[in-house]
Amino acid sequence: MKADVSRISYRPKLALAAASALVLIVLALLPPFIGLYQTQLLTYGLIAAIAALGFNILLGYTGLLSFGHSAFFGIGAYSIAFLLRDAGIHSMELYILIGLPIAALASALFGYICVRHTRIFFGILTLALSQVLYSLALKLFWITGGTDGLRVPRPTLLAGTISFTGAGAFQRFIDAYYYYVLGVFAICVVVMWVIVHSPFGKALQAIRDNEIRAAFLGLRIHRFRWMSFLISGTFTGLAGILWAPLNGLTTPDVLYWPFSGEIVFTTLLGGFRNFTGPIVGGIVFTYLKTYAVATTEYWQLLLGVVLVLLVMLLPTGIVGAISAAAKKLGPNSP
Amino acid sequence: MILLRTVDLRKQFGETKACDGVNFVVNKGEFISLVGSNGAGKTSLVNLISAQLKPDSGQILFEDKDITFASVHERIKAGIARSFQIVNLFDALSVFDNVALSVFTREGKTAKIATLAEHDQAVRDETFDVLGRFGLRDKSSVPAGGLAQGERKLLDVAVAYALRPKLLFLDEPTSGVSTRDKTQIMDTVSSVVRAGAVTAVVIEHDMDVVFRYSDRIVMMHEGRFLADGTPEEIKANKDVASILLGAPLSA
Amino acid sequence: MSILIIQILNSLFYASVLFLIAAGLSLIFGVMRIVNMAHGTFFAVGAFATAWLVARAVALGLPAGWTFLLIPVGAGAVALLGIVIEPLLRPFYRRAEEYQLLVTFGLLLILEDVIRVVWGGLPLSADPLMDALPIIRIGGLIYPAYNLVVIAVGAVAALLLWAGIYRTKFGVMLRATSQDRRMASALGLNVGLVYVSAFAIGCFMAGLGGAIVVPTQAAVLGMGIDALILAFVVVVIGGLGSLQGALVGALIVSFVRTAGIQFFPEIELAVLYLIAVVVLLVKPTGLFGSA
Repeated sequence: MKADVSRISYRPKLALAAASALVLIVLALLPPFIGLYQTQLLTYGLIAAIAALGFNILLGYTGLLSFGHSAFFGIGAYSIAFLLRDAGIHSMELYILIGLPIAALASALFGYICVRHTRIFFGILTLALSQVLYSLALKLFWITGGTDGLRVPRPTLLAGTISFTGAGAFQRFIDAYYYYVLGVFAICVVVMWVIVHSPFGKALQAIRDNEIRAAFLGLRIHRFRWMSFLISGTFTGLAGILWAPLNGLTTPDVLYWPFSGEIVFTTLLGGFRNFTGPIVGGIVFTYLKTYAVATTEYWQLLLGVVLVLLVMLLPTGIVGAISAAAKKLGPNSP
Repeated sequence: MILLRTVDLRKQFGETKACDGVNFVVNKGEFISLVGSNGAGKTSLVNLISAQLKPDSGQILFEDKDITFASVHERIKAGIARSFQIVNLFDALSVFDNVALSVFTREGKTAKIATLAEHDQAVRDETFDVLGRFGLRDKSSVPAGGLAQGERKLLDVAVAYALRPKLLFLDEPTSGVSTRDKTQIMDTVSSVVRAGAVTAVVIEHDMDVVFRYSDRIVMMHEGRFLADGTPEEIKANKDVASILLGAPLSA
Repeated sequence: MSILIIQILNSLFYASVLFLIAAGLSLIFGVMRIVNMAHGTFFAVGAFATAWLVARAVALGLPAGWTFLLIPVGAGAVALLGIVIEPLLRPFYRRAEEYQLLVTFGLLLILEDVIRVVWGGLPLSADPLMDALPIIRIGGLIYPAYNLVVIAVGAVAALLLWAGIYRTKFGVMLRATSQDRRMASALGLNVGLVYVSAFAIGCFMAGLGGAIVVPTQAAVLGMGIDALILAFVVVVIGGLGSLQGALVGALIVSFVRTAGIQFFPEIELAVLYLIAVVVLLVKPTGLFGSA
């Protein structure tokens, strides 16, 4: 009898923590070496990674494919714009503190409607939701600024102690905001990691794998899906909140369906069956998009073609392919 | 002590009477085999009791409580569990996780979102105990989808067993498995179930298995109970023998 | 009274277009069990193609009355597109549904940009077609006769489709394949041919919807997405895979929309979406659908 198997082993987790800390340190040390533009790009990448992480608890871990996640991103971004314009709030912390519950509330509501259904109906319901918000943002232009959007100037960080005005403000803002986002990103990764490895996370995966059996264990399917949707929308909303000050402007584009498509693509690119897939996907995609958009006007066409190729050739994404290759070459290979 | 009782249970699918006035009594601690030809109504009966189907009429009483219209969730809470004829597992999760999930759910711990599943020592211990009883301890970290067929069948039973039910329904636990594995599987299942004092009802087609392991055999035919008794009684029953085996059994 | 008649006619007009799109979607799902997320974009292609053809024809001197013949041409072009695309999609029918959705979503992205590549980003209209028909008087009000043609087209299409599916040999093949593909194949049916045909018919319907609507409203980028969502609302109400469901659903959605835009023009899409939500909550498989 191998009695020691049942003892909790902490070593793999310590190794994981060490590796993650290393990555974090590297990321923290990068800015001086890569310059201002690249730092800004990487910040966008980290934000995309947070959005994808949120999206993937729904897809990778719960098995629900949403085509409307732009709704939550947009709610996050617009919340800030409204807080600024109508309440005169400039503090990033307040943006997060107030914006997160708003995103959570929207997710709870939308989730309640959507999770009763699966697969295509779920996908279309989420798409329709984001379209409704998009059309509202366009048409109610006296509230939302219509296609012109709403300006979001630089917020103050750390409870108003750091503000960015005067000469060289842009540079100082990018430098500081990178670390701010990096910090939030690190917290998000840890939180999401714990969630998917918790008993709750296991239940989600069981529901994903076999809804009937999960019901026959006594799990309440709708409730778990709803919770997953709630978490998912909140994370993606947080990404939107972080994005608006960086972009300086919030427009309806961020609610439009191709943006949802980008979030889906990002996750597929990195791999939706792995925890780190969305993170890798988010960062890689941001770079790919920047260079592709600079090269061609028909960016959407390219995105569509690559999406189809990914599904055909690399359905497990970058991380999936790497880990499969590693298994073949690794110490336990046959 | 009577654990489960159905009263004149009926279910019809179009012209076919899957259950035609079934009065099924299960006593605590019994290991019952439910036999009959295909389409006799065995799976329908189990589906009705486990809430996968709603009856047309009749009652189901569990521990003297009426559960005829109780939900799946309520019946599991009451203590009824089942495995499936076509193995129904969480293929992407490890063998360990499959069983651990039953324990977590039973203990009401699935709402825990801020702790790691692996770190719950109580659940770990119990899961490994169950895995050990079913001979799956070595395979604990293998994904369920990667097991051999016989092991998958065992895991299917283990997952239901880990709910610590009072009444366990096993739907053809040895189907699709080689003859040599069948005995091994039934040995394991039978001994674990009896040791755990779980009452079991097993749908089974293999008559060798049925006669070897059951305390009691119930035979269904066209939605009705045809015979109900110990293996010896059933062997001696000429109607049963001719329907089941086509010829009288030798004593 | 006249206003009421006009409203009813408007609803029937809208229902005609919706029916065509939704019936195509339902047909494809019924036979191949896939939902084509690019279906709305096929509708858009039909609209753009027809508008372009009409403009070219008029520029070449064709009398406006003859441009009606371009409607089936526009729809036919979409059917051709479908014939080309279907074999490429076929390997995915057996894969997990997520992948089907992702692939057809990729197709959506591609086609939406193809529209931009081919026809540019500006709206295209086909006014000459509509203007070719007189304005008629209903009571004290005026109404374009063209809209009546659209209603007629929708009705005829419904009849033809129904006849085609339930009264012809081909229809039997379609229904057999949709019920049990393997059995149909074992009986000697050329399943591949059935698939391509069903897909082509579905695309033709969507394209026809676009072709007949474009004289009344210009083809714009993004119309495909809205059409997809609307088609979905219709099949949600009527039930996926049901022809009569598409018809009834289209009528319900149109009438509610007409009533709704009287009072809440801005949130038209929201009203339609709400209908879908309510129906989904009450009867998830729709009025005539089977899960």
